[in-house]
Amino acid sequence: MNFLLDPVNAIANWLRTLFLGWGVPPDVASFLLSLLGAGILATGAMLWVIFLIWYERKLLGRIQDRFGPNRLGPWGVFQPIADMLKIFTKEYITPQGADKFLYNLAPVLSVASVLMMWVVVPFAVTIYGVDLNVGILYIVAVGALGELAIIMAGLSSNNKYAMLGAFRVVAQLISYEVPMVISLLVPVMLARTMSMNGLVIAQDAWYLFTAPLAALIFMITQVAEVGRAPFDLVEAESEIVAGYNIEYSGLKFGMFYVAEFLHAFTVSLIFATVFLGGWRGPSAEQMPILGFLYYAVKVAIVYFIFILLRGSLPRFRIDQMMDLNWKLLTPLSIAVLAVSAVVDKLLQSIPVFWNHLALFAANVVILWISMTILNRRFRREQTRVAGLEARPARAVQEHISA
Amino acid sequence: MLTDWLYIGLFFVIAMLLPAAAITIAGILAPKKPNPIKNTTYECGIETVGETWIQFKVQYYIYALVFLVFDVETVFLYPWAVAFGQLTLFAVLEGILFILILVSGLIYAWRKGALQWV
Repeated sequence: MNFLLDPVNAIANWLRTLFLGWGVPPDVASFLLSLLGAGILATGAMLWVIFLIWYERKLLGRIQDRFGPNRLGPWGVFQPIADMLKIFTKEYITPQGADKFLYNLAPVLSVASVLMMWVVVPFAVTIYGVDLNVGILYIVAVGALGELAIIMAGLSSNNKYAMLGAFRVVAQLISYEVPMVISLLVPVMLARTMSMNGLVIAQDAWYLFTAPLAALIFMITQVAEVGRAPFDLVEAESEIVAGYNIEYSGLKFGMFYVAEFLHAFTVSLIFATVFLGGWRGPSAEQMPILGFLYYAVKVAIVYFIFILLRGSLPRFRIDQMMDLNWKLLTPLSIAVLAVSAVVDKLLQSIPVFWNHLALFAANVVILWISMTILNRRFRREQTRVAGLEARPARAVQEHISA
Repeated sequence: MLTDWLYIGLFFVIAMLLPAAAITIAGILAPKKPNPIKNTTYECGIETVGETWIQFKVQYYIYALVFLVFDVETVFLYPWAVAFGQLTLFAVLEGILFILILVSGLIYAWRKGALQWV
Protein backbone atom coordinates (compact mmCIF):
# COMPACT_ATOMS: atom_id res chain seq x y z
CA MET A 1 0.00 0.00 0.00
CA ASN A 2 1.54 3.21 -1.21
CA PHE A 3 -0.79 5.44 0.74
CA LEU A 4 0.85 5.01 4.14
CA LEU A 5 4.35 5.58 2.79
CA ASP A 6 3.62 8.60 0.61
CA PRO A 7 0.13 9.97 1.31
CA VAL A 8 0.43 13.24 -0.62
CA ASN A 9 1.43 11.72 -3.94
CA ALA A 10 -0.99 8.82 -3.49
CA ILE A 11 -3.86 11.27 -3.14
CA ALA A 12 -2.57 13.35 -6.04
CA ASN A 13 -2.38 10.31 -8.32
CA TRP A 14 -5.84 9.17 -7.25
CA LEU A 15 -7.25 12.62 -8.00
CA ARG A 16 -5.51 12.73 -11.36
CA THR A 17 -7.02 9.39 -12.43
CA LEU A 18 -10.37 10.63 -11.13
CA PHE A 19 -10.16 13.82 -13.21
CA LEU A 20 -9.00 11.91 -16.30
CA GLY A 21 -11.86 9.47 -15.78
CA TRP A 22 -14.29 12.39 -15.90
CA GLY A 23 -12.95 13.29 -19.32
CA VAL A 24 -10.90 16.32 -18.18
CA PRO A 25 -7.96 17.03 -20.57
CA PRO A 26 -4.57 16.13 -19.00
CA ASP A 27 -3.32 19.75 -19.06
CA VAL A 28 -6.40 20.99 -17.24
CA ALA A 29 -6.11 18.10 -14.77
CA SER A 30 -2.54 19.04 -13.84
CA PHE A 31 -3.60 22.69 -13.61
CA LEU A 32 -6.40 21.75 -11.21
CA LEU A 33 -4.01 19.63 -9.16
CA SER A 34 -1.50 22.50 -8.98
CA LEU A 35 -4.28 24.84 -7.89
CA LEU A 36 -5.41 22.41 -5.23
CA GLY A 37 -1.88 21.76 -3.99
CA ALA A 38 -1.01 25.45 -3.85
CA GLY A 39 -4.28 26.24 -2.08
CA ILE A 40 -3.76 23.56 0.56
CA LEU A 41 -0.12 24.54 1.14
CA ALA A 42 -0.91 28.24 1.52
CA THR A 43 -3.96 27.70 3.72
CA GLY A 44 -2.09 25.20 5.86
CA ALA A 45 0.76 27.66 6.37
CA MET A 46 -1.65 30.44 7.36
CA LEU A 47 -3.49 28.22 9.84
CA TRP A 48 -0.21 26.89 11.24
CA VAL A 49 0.48 30.43 12.48
CA ILE A 50 -2.28 30.01 15.08
CA PHE A 51 -0.33 27.18 16.67
CA LEU A 52 2.97 29.05 16.35
CA ILE A 53 1.60 32.06 18.25
CA TRP A 54 0.41 29.85 21.10
CA TYR A 55 3.68 27.90 21.21
CA GLU A 56 5.85 31.00 21.24
CA ARG A 57 3.77 32.76 23.90
CA LYS A 58 3.77 29.67 26.07
CA LEU A 59 7.50 29.14 25.76
CA LEU A 60 8.33 32.82 26.35
CA GLY A 61 6.11 32.68 29.41
CA ARG A 62 8.06 29.72 30.75
CA ILE A 63 11.39 31.44 30.05
CA GLN A 64 10.19 34.48 32.02
CA ASP A 65 8.93 32.32 34.91
CA ARG A 66 5.22 32.83 34.33
CA PHE A 67 2.44 30.63 32.93
CA GLY A 68 1.78 32.16 29.53
CA PRO A 69 -1.71 31.58 28.09
CA ASN A 70 -3.44 29.05 30.37
CA ARG A 71 -7.17 29.86 30.50
CA LEU A 72 -8.78 28.73 27.25
CA GLY A 73 -8.70 24.99 26.73
CA PRO A 74 -5.88 22.65 27.80
CA TRP A 75 -2.68 24.70 28.34
CA GLY A 76 -4.43 27.67 26.77
CA VAL A 77 -4.23 26.32 23.19
CA PHE A 78 -7.42 28.14 22.17
CA GLN A 79 -6.09 31.56 23.18
CA PRO A 80 -4.82 32.51 19.70
CA ILE A 81 -8.13 31.44 18.16
CA ALA A 82 -9.98 33.75 20.54
CA ASP A 83 -7.53 36.53 19.71
CA MET A 84 -8.09 35.92 16.01
CA LEU A 85 -11.87 36.10 16.39
CA LYS A 86 -11.51 39.31 18.35
CA ILE A 87 -9.23 40.97 15.81
CA PHE A 88 -11.76 40.21 13.06
CA THR A 89 -14.21 42.60 14.70
CA LYS A 90 -11.80 45.50 15.16
CA GLU A 91 -12.31 48.71 13.26
CA TYR A 92 -9.93 49.81 10.51
CA ILE A 93 -8.69 53.34 11.03
CA THR A 94 -7.09 54.82 7.94
CA PRO A 95 -5.15 57.98 8.76
CA GLN A 96 -5.73 61.20 6.86
CA GLY A 97 -3.56 61.70 3.83
CA ALA A 98 -2.56 58.04 3.59
CA ASP A 99 -1.88 56.61 0.16
CA LYS A 100 -4.86 54.20 0.17
CA PHE A 101 -3.58 51.75 -2.43
CA LEU A 102 -0.09 51.21 -0.98
CA TYR A 103 -1.45 51.39 2.56
CA ASN A 104 -3.79 48.45 1.91
CA LEU A 105 -1.38 46.51 -0.27
CA ALA A 106 1.49 46.48 2.25
CA PRO A 107 0.06 43.97 4.81
CA VAL A 108 -1.06 41.63 2.04
CA LEU A 109 2.33 41.72 0.37
CA SER A 110 4.20 41.15 3.63
CA VAL A 111 2.28 37.90 4.23
CA ALA A 112 2.54 36.86 0.59
CA SER A 113 6.31 37.34 0.55
CA VAL A 114 6.71 34.88 3.43
CA LEU A 115 4.19 32.40 2.04
CA MET A 116 5.99 32.37 -1.31
CA MET A 117 9.06 30.84 0.32
CA TRP A 118 7.07 27.72 1.18
CA VAL A 119 6.81 26.81 -2.50
CA VAL A 120 10.36 25.48 -2.78
CA VAL A 121 10.72 23.88 0.67
CA PRO A 122 11.09 20.08 0.36
CA PHE A 123 9.15 18.49 3.20
CA ALA A 124 10.12 14.98 2.14
CA VAL A 125 11.76 13.30 -0.84
CA THR A 126 8.58 13.53 -2.93
CA ILE A 127 6.61 16.15 -1.01
CA TYR A 128 7.38 19.66 -2.20
CA GLY A 129 5.65 22.43 -4.10
CA VAL A 130 8.14 22.67 -6.92
CA ASP A 131 11.78 21.69 -7.18
CA LEU A 132 13.16 24.85 -8.80
CA ASN A 133 16.70 24.67 -10.12
CA VAL A 134 17.25 28.20 -8.75
CA GLY A 135 15.63 27.49 -5.36
CA ILE A 136 18.05 29.41 -3.13
CA LEU A 137 18.08 32.45 -5.40
CA TYR A 138 14.29 32.33 -5.46
CA ILE A 139 14.15 32.37 -1.65
CA VAL A 140 16.50 35.35 -1.47
CA ALA A 141 14.50 37.20 -4.12
CA VAL A 142 11.09 36.53 -2.61
CA GLY A 143 12.32 37.36 0.88
CA ALA A 144 13.26 40.81 -0.40
CA LEU A 145 9.58 41.46 -1.23
CA GLY A 146 8.98 41.71 2.51
CA GLU A 147 11.29 44.73 2.66
CA LEU A 148 9.28 46.30 -0.14
CA ALA A 149 6.09 45.76 1.89
CA ILE A 150 7.66 47.42 4.92
CA ILE A 151 8.84 50.50 3.05
CA MET A 152 5.40 50.71 1.41
CA ALA A 153 3.72 50.61 4.83
CA GLY A 154 6.04 53.26 6.24
CA LEU A 155 5.81 55.67 3.34
CA SER A 156 2.07 55.39 2.73
CA SER A 157 0.99 55.91 6.37
CA ASN A 158 1.62 59.67 6.29
CA ASN A 159 3.26 59.45 9.69
CA LYS A 160 6.78 60.52 10.58
CA TYR A 161 7.28 57.75 13.13
CA ALA A 162 6.14 55.17 10.61
CA MET A 163 8.57 56.48 8.04
CA LEU A 164 11.48 56.57 10.50
CA GLY A 165 10.62 53.03 11.57
CA ALA A 166 10.47 51.84 7.99
CA PHE A 167 13.87 53.37 7.21
CA ARG A 168 15.37 51.65 10.22
CA VAL A 169 13.92 48.28 9.34
CA VAL A 170 14.96 48.48 5.74
CA ALA A 171 18.47 49.60 6.67
CA GLN A 172 18.68 46.60 9.00
CA LEU A 173 17.21 44.10 6.56
CA ILE A 174 19.23 45.07 3.50
CA SER A 175 22.41 45.15 5.57
CA TYR A 176 21.90 41.65 6.91
CA GLU A 177 21.00 40.42 3.47
CA VAL A 178 24.65 40.75 2.39
CA PRO A 179 26.19 38.15 4.77
CA MET A 180 23.06 36.01 4.35
CA VAL A 181 23.51 35.76 0.58
CA ILE A 182 27.26 35.12 0.91
CA SER A 183 26.84 32.48 3.62
CA LEU A 184 24.23 30.70 1.49
CA LEU A 185 26.83 30.55 -1.28
CA VAL A 186 28.93 28.07 0.73
CA PRO A 187 26.34 25.23 0.77
CA VAL A 188 25.50 25.97 -2.88
CA MET A 189 29.18 25.66 -3.72
CA LEU A 190 29.58 22.40 -1.80
CA ALA A 191 26.43 20.89 -3.32
CA ARG A 192 27.01 22.35 -6.81
CA THR A 193 23.30 23.05 -7.11
CA MET A 194 20.79 25.72 -6.09
CA SER A 195 17.78 23.40 -5.98
CA MET A 196 16.52 22.88 -2.44
CA ASN A 197 15.88 19.17 -2.93
CA GLY A 198 19.28 18.86 -4.60
CA LEU A 199 20.88 20.51 -1.56
CA VAL A 200 19.24 17.96 0.72
CA ILE A 201 20.28 15.02 -1.46
CA ALA A 202 23.87 16.33 -1.62
CA GLN A 203 24.17 16.38 2.18
CA ASP A 204 25.83 13.06 2.94
CA ALA A 205 27.36 14.99 5.81
CA TRP A 206 25.27 17.87 7.15
CA TYR A 207 26.55 21.25 6.08
CA LEU A 208 26.37 22.17 9.74
CA PHE A 209 29.60 20.15 10.03
CA THR A 210 31.32 21.01 6.76
CA ALA A 211 30.32 24.70 6.86
CA PRO A 212 29.69 25.50 10.53
CA LEU A 213 30.62 29.18 10.26
CA ALA A 214 28.31 29.71 7.30
CA ALA A 215 25.54 28.09 9.35
CA LEU A 216 26.26 30.39 12.30
CA ILE A 217 26.32 33.51 10.11
CA PHE A 218 23.13 32.43 8.36
CA MET A 219 21.41 31.87 11.70
CA ILE A 220 22.39 35.31 13.04
CA THR A 221 21.35 37.07 9.85
CA GLN A 222 18.03 35.24 9.86
CA VAL A 223 17.25 36.37 13.39
CA ALA A 224 17.93 39.90 12.16
CA GLU A 225 15.82 39.40 9.04
CA VAL A 226 12.86 38.31 11.12
CA GLY A 227 13.39 41.35 13.34
CA ARG A 228 13.27 39.50 16.63
CA ALA A 229 15.20 40.23 19.80
CA PRO A 230 18.16 40.91 19.96
CA PHE A 231 17.57 42.71 16.64
CA ASP A 232 14.13 44.14 17.44
CA LEU A 233 15.13 47.78 17.03
CA VAL A 234 12.06 47.99 14.87
CA GLU A 235 9.93 47.83 17.98
CA ALA A 236 11.97 50.22 20.08
CA GLU A 237 8.88 51.62 21.83
CA SER A 238 10.70 54.37 23.65
CA GLU A 239 12.24 55.72 20.45
CA ILE A 240 9.83 55.41 17.55
CA VAL A 241 6.53 54.35 19.25
CA ALA A 242 5.92 51.17 17.27
CA GLY A 243 7.76 51.39 13.99
CA TYR A 244 6.42 51.14 10.48
CA ASN A 245 3.07 49.61 11.45
CA ILE A 246 2.02 52.35 13.88
CA GLU A 247 -0.96 53.53 11.79
CA TYR A 248 -2.35 50.05 11.17
CA SER A 249 -5.26 48.64 13.13
CA GLY A 250 -7.46 45.56 13.15
CA LEU A 251 -6.57 42.69 10.89
CA LYS A 252 -4.28 44.86 8.75
CA PHE A 253 -1.99 45.07 11.78
CA GLY A 254 -2.70 41.39 12.42
CA MET A 255 -1.33 40.51 8.99
CA PHE A 256 2.05 42.05 9.84
CA TYR A 257 1.96 39.99 13.03
CA VAL A 258 1.13 36.82 11.09
CA ALA A 259 3.92 37.59 8.62
CA GLU A 260 6.44 37.94 11.46
CA PHE A 261 5.52 34.65 13.12
CA LEU A 262 5.36 32.79 9.84
CA HIS A 263 8.71 34.27 8.81
CA ALA A 264 10.33 33.02 12.01
CA PHE A 265 9.09 29.52 11.27
CA THR A 266 9.93 29.67 7.55
CA VAL A 267 13.47 30.62 8.45
CA SER A 268 13.79 27.48 10.58
CA LEU A 269 12.44 25.46 7.63
CA ILE A 270 15.16 26.88 5.38
CA PHE A 271 17.89 26.44 7.98
CA ALA A 272 16.91 22.81 8.54
CA THR A 273 16.89 22.20 4.79
CA VAL A 274 20.16 23.86 3.92
CA PHE A 275 22.30 23.01 6.94
CA LEU A 276 20.68 20.11 8.81
CA GLY A 277 20.07 17.74 5.94
CA GLY A 278 16.35 18.43 5.50
CA TRP A 279 14.43 15.18 5.33
CA ARG A 280 17.59 13.03 5.26
CA GLY A 281 17.68 10.19 7.75
CA PRO A 282 17.68 6.37 7.90
CA SER A 283 15.44 4.96 5.10
CA ALA A 284 13.86 8.35 4.41
CA GLU A 285 14.06 7.91 0.65
CA GLN A 286 11.97 4.74 0.62
CA MET A 287 9.43 6.12 3.09
CA PRO A 288 8.71 9.82 2.46
CA ILE A 289 6.48 9.98 5.54
CA LEU A 290 9.49 9.04 7.68
CA GLY A 291 11.53 11.80 6.00
CA PHE A 292 8.77 14.25 6.85
CA LEU A 293 9.05 13.14 10.47
CA TYR A 294 12.84 13.70 10.57
CA TYR A 295 12.35 17.08 8.96
CA ALA A 296 9.68 18.04 11.52
CA VAL A 297 12.02 17.16 14.40
CA LYS A 298 14.90 19.19 12.94
CA VAL A 299 12.66 22.19 12.26
CA ALA A 300 11.22 22.01 15.78
CA ILE A 301 14.72 22.09 17.27
CA VAL A 302 15.78 25.09 15.15
CA TYR A 303 12.56 26.97 15.94
CA PHE A 304 13.04 26.23 19.64
CA ILE A 305 16.53 27.73 19.48
CA PHE A 306 15.15 30.83 17.75
CA ILE A 307 12.62 31.37 20.55
CA LEU A 308 15.29 30.75 23.20
CA LEU A 309 17.44 33.45 21.58
CA ARG A 310 14.48 35.82 21.57
CA GLY A 311 13.74 35.13 25.21
CA SER A 312 17.25 35.46 26.56
CA LEU A 313 19.18 38.19 24.70
CA PRO A 314 18.95 41.96 25.29
CA ARG A 315 18.43 44.41 22.44
CA PHE A 316 21.36 45.80 20.44
CA ARG A 317 21.92 49.49 19.87
CA ILE A 318 21.55 50.49 16.23
CA ASP A 319 25.24 51.32 15.75
CA GLN A 320 26.26 48.03 17.38
CA MET A 321 23.90 46.19 15.08
CA MET A 322 25.35 47.84 11.98
CA ASP A 323 28.92 47.26 13.17
CA LEU A 324 28.21 43.59 13.84
CA ASN A 325 26.95 43.22 10.33
CA TRP A 326 29.36 45.25 8.23
CA LYS A 327 32.55 44.88 10.26
CA LEU A 328 32.26 41.30 11.48
CA LEU A 329 29.72 39.15 9.65
CA THR A 330 30.37 40.42 6.12
CA PRO A 331 34.19 40.04 6.15
CA LEU A 332 33.86 36.74 8.01
CA SER A 333 31.41 35.32 5.50
CA ILE A 334 33.64 36.39 2.59
CA ALA A 335 36.63 34.73 4.27
CA VAL A 336 34.65 31.53 4.84
CA LEU A 337 33.56 31.47 1.21
CA ALA A 338 37.06 32.03 -0.18
CA VAL A 339 38.77 29.54 2.13
CA SER A 340 36.11 26.86 1.64
CA ALA A 341 36.39 27.24 -2.13
CA VAL A 342 40.15 26.81 -2.16
CA VAL A 343 40.19 23.94 0.36
CA ASP A 344 37.40 22.06 -1.39
CA LYS A 345 39.04 22.47 -4.81
CA LEU A 346 42.54 21.48 -3.67
CA LEU A 347 41.33 18.40 -1.80
CA GLN A 348 38.80 17.21 -4.38
CA SER A 349 40.59 13.97 -5.16
CA ILE A 350 41.10 12.70 -1.60
CA PRO A 351 38.46 10.54 0.16
CA VAL A 352 35.23 12.34 1.06
CA PHE A 353 35.67 11.93 4.79
CA TRP A 354 39.05 13.71 4.79
CA ASN A 355 37.66 16.41 2.52
CA HIS A 356 34.89 17.11 5.02
CA LEU A 357 37.34 17.04 7.92
CA ALA A 358 39.59 19.54 6.12
CA LEU A 359 36.64 21.86 5.54
CA PHE A 360 35.71 21.66 9.20
CA ALA A 361 39.32 22.32 10.23
CA ALA A 362 39.48 25.32 7.88
CA ASN A 363 36.37 26.73 9.55
CA VAL A 364 37.89 26.27 12.99
CA VAL A 365 41.05 28.07 11.88
CA ILE A 366 39.05 31.00 10.47
CA LEU A 367 37.06 31.20 13.70
CA TRP A 368 40.25 31.17 15.77
CA ILE A 369 41.87 33.92 13.68
CA SER A 370 38.82 36.16 13.77
CA MET A 371 38.44 35.64 17.53
CA THR A 372 42.10 36.61 18.01
CA ILE A 373 41.63 39.80 16.00
CA LEU A 374 38.45 40.65 17.92
CA ASN A 375 40.15 39.93 21.21
CA ARG A 376 42.98 42.33 20.39
CA ARG A 377 40.50 45.02 19.39
CA PHE A 378 38.58 44.61 22.64
CA ARG A 379 41.78 44.84 24.67
CA ARG A 380 42.72 48.07 22.90
CA GLU A 381 39.22 49.45 23.43
CA GLN A 382 39.35 48.52 27.12
CA THR A 383 42.65 50.30 27.72
CA ARG A 384 41.34 53.33 25.78
CA VAL A 385 38.19 53.48 27.91
CA ALA A 386 40.22 53.03 31.10
CA GLY A 387 42.47 55.91 30.03
CA LEU A 388 39.41 58.08 29.35
CA GLU A 389 38.02 57.38 32.79
CA ALA A 390 41.32 58.32 34.47
CA ARG A 391 41.33 61.82 32.94
CA PRO A 392 37.72 62.88 32.70
CA ALA A 393 38.19 66.46 31.51
CA ARG A 394 40.65 65.59 28.72
CA ALA A 395 38.52 62.61 27.83
CA VAL A 396 35.45 64.67 27.07
CA GLN A 397 37.59 66.97 24.93
CA GLU A 398 39.10 64.05 23.06
CA HIS A 399 35.74 62.43 22.61
CA ILE A 400 34.30 65.58 21.08
CA SER A 401 37.24 66.09 18.74
CA ALA A 402 37.26 62.39 17.77
CA MET B 1 10.11 23.77 -16.06
CA LEU B 2 7.23 25.85 -17.35
CA THR B 3 4.77 23.97 -15.15
CA ASP B 4 7.01 24.83 -12.16
CA TRP B 5 6.65 28.52 -12.87
CA LEU B 6 2.92 28.06 -13.51
CA TYR B 7 2.67 26.56 -10.04
CA ILE B 8 4.58 29.49 -8.57
CA GLY B 9 2.32 31.94 -10.39
CA LEU B 10 -0.74 30.16 -9.01
CA PHE B 11 0.78 30.15 -5.56
CA PHE B 12 1.51 33.87 -5.78
CA VAL B 13 -2.12 34.59 -6.67
CA ILE B 14 -3.34 32.44 -3.77
CA ALA B 15 -0.80 33.92 -1.36
CA MET B 16 -2.03 37.41 -2.25
CA LEU B 17 -5.71 36.41 -2.17
CA LEU B 18 -5.70 34.71 1.23
CA PRO B 19 -4.65 37.73 3.35
CA ALA B 20 -6.66 40.05 1.08
CA ALA B 21 -9.77 37.94 1.64
CA ALA B 22 -9.19 37.86 5.40
CA ILE B 23 -8.80 41.64 5.47
CA THR B 24 -11.94 42.13 3.39
CA ILE B 25 -14.02 39.80 5.57
CA ALA B 26 -12.79 41.58 8.70
CA GLY B 27 -13.67 44.89 7.04
CA ILE B 28 -17.24 43.69 6.57
CA LEU B 29 -17.53 42.39 10.14
CA ALA B 30 -15.88 45.36 11.83
CA PRO B 31 -17.69 48.56 12.80
CA LYS B 32 -17.06 51.68 10.69
CA LYS B 33 -17.37 54.89 12.68
CA PRO B 34 -14.72 57.27 11.41
CA ASN B 35 -14.47 60.80 12.73
CA PRO B 36 -11.96 63.57 12.02
CA ILE B 37 -10.19 63.28 15.38
CA LYS B 38 -9.85 59.51 15.12
CA ASN B 39 -8.40 59.70 11.63
CA THR B 40 -5.65 62.15 12.45
CA THR B 41 -2.04 61.04 12.29
CA TYR B 42 -0.96 59.37 15.52
CA GLU B 43 1.99 61.18 17.03
CA CYS B 44 1.45 60.59 20.76
CA GLY B 45 -1.35 63.16 20.97
CA ILE B 46 0.71 66.04 19.62
CA GLU B 47 -0.54 67.70 16.47
CA THR B 48 1.64 66.88 13.51
CA VAL B 49 3.77 69.69 12.11
CA GLY B 50 4.56 70.09 8.44
CA GLU B 51 5.01 67.53 5.72
CA THR B 52 5.62 63.84 6.40
CA TRP B 53 7.81 63.22 3.39
CA ILE B 54 10.71 65.34 4.52
CA GLN B 55 14.44 65.01 3.99
CA PHE B 56 15.78 61.97 5.81
CA LYS B 57 19.15 60.99 7.13
CA VAL B 58 21.67 60.47 4.35
CA GLN B 59 23.18 57.51 6.25
CA TYR B 60 20.38 55.24 5.05
CA TYR B 61 21.18 56.14 1.47
CA ILE B 62 24.87 55.26 1.90
CA TYR B 63 24.00 51.87 3.42
CA ALA B 64 21.64 51.24 0.53
CA LEU B 65 24.43 52.03 -1.94
CA VAL B 66 26.91 49.68 -0.24
CA PHE B 67 24.22 47.01 -0.11
CA LEU B 68 23.47 47.41 -3.80
CA VAL B 69 27.10 46.90 -4.79
CA PHE B 70 27.37 43.76 -2.67
CA ASP B 71 24.07 42.24 -3.66
CA VAL B 72 24.63 42.66 -7.39
CA GLU B 73 28.15 41.26 -7.14
CA THR B 74 27.15 38.25 -5.05
CA VAL B 75 24.46 37.35 -7.55
CA PHE B 76 27.27 36.93 -10.09
CA LEU B 77 28.92 34.47 -7.70
CA TYR B 78 25.96 32.06 -7.69
CA PRO B 79 26.60 30.65 -11.19
CA TRP B 80 30.26 30.27 -10.21
CA ALA B 81 29.22 28.27 -7.13
CA VAL B 82 26.83 26.05 -9.10
CA ALA B 83 29.48 25.27 -11.71
CA PHE B 84 32.09 24.67 -8.99
CA GLY B 85 32.42 20.96 -9.80
CA GLN B 86 33.60 21.57 -13.36
CA LEU B 87 35.90 24.48 -12.56
CA THR B 88 39.67 24.18 -12.69
CA LEU B 89 41.76 25.53 -9.84
CA PHE B 90 42.56 28.54 -12.01
CA ALA B 91 38.87 29.39 -12.43
CA VAL B 92 38.36 29.05 -8.67
CA LEU B 93 41.24 31.46 -8.08
CA GLU B 94 39.66 33.86 -10.56
CA GLY B 95 36.50 33.68 -8.48
CA ILE B 96 38.59 34.45 -5.40
CA LEU B 97 40.04 37.45 -7.24
CA PHE B 98 36.50 38.67 -7.90
CA ILE B 99 35.73 38.26 -4.18
CA LEU B 100 38.88 40.22 -3.33
CA ILE B 101 37.70 43.10 -5.52
CA LEU B 102 34.49 42.98 -3.48
CA VAL B 103 36.53 43.09 -0.28
CA SER B 104 38.51 46.10 -1.52
CA GLY B 105 35.18 47.88 -2.03
CA LEU B 106 34.23 47.04 1.54
CA ILE B 107 37.57 48.29 2.85
CA TYR B 108 37.18 51.51 0.85
CA ALA B 109 33.70 52.10 2.29
CA TRP B 110 35.01 51.27 5.77
CA ARG B 111 37.99 53.67 5.50
CA LYS B 112 35.75 56.43 4.13
CA GLY B 113 33.60 56.07 7.24
CA ALA B 114 30.51 55.04 5.29
CA LEU B 115 29.95 52.18 7.73
CA GLN B 116 30.10 54.41 10.80
CA TRP B 117 26.64 54.99 12.23
CA VAL B 118 26.41 58.63 13.27
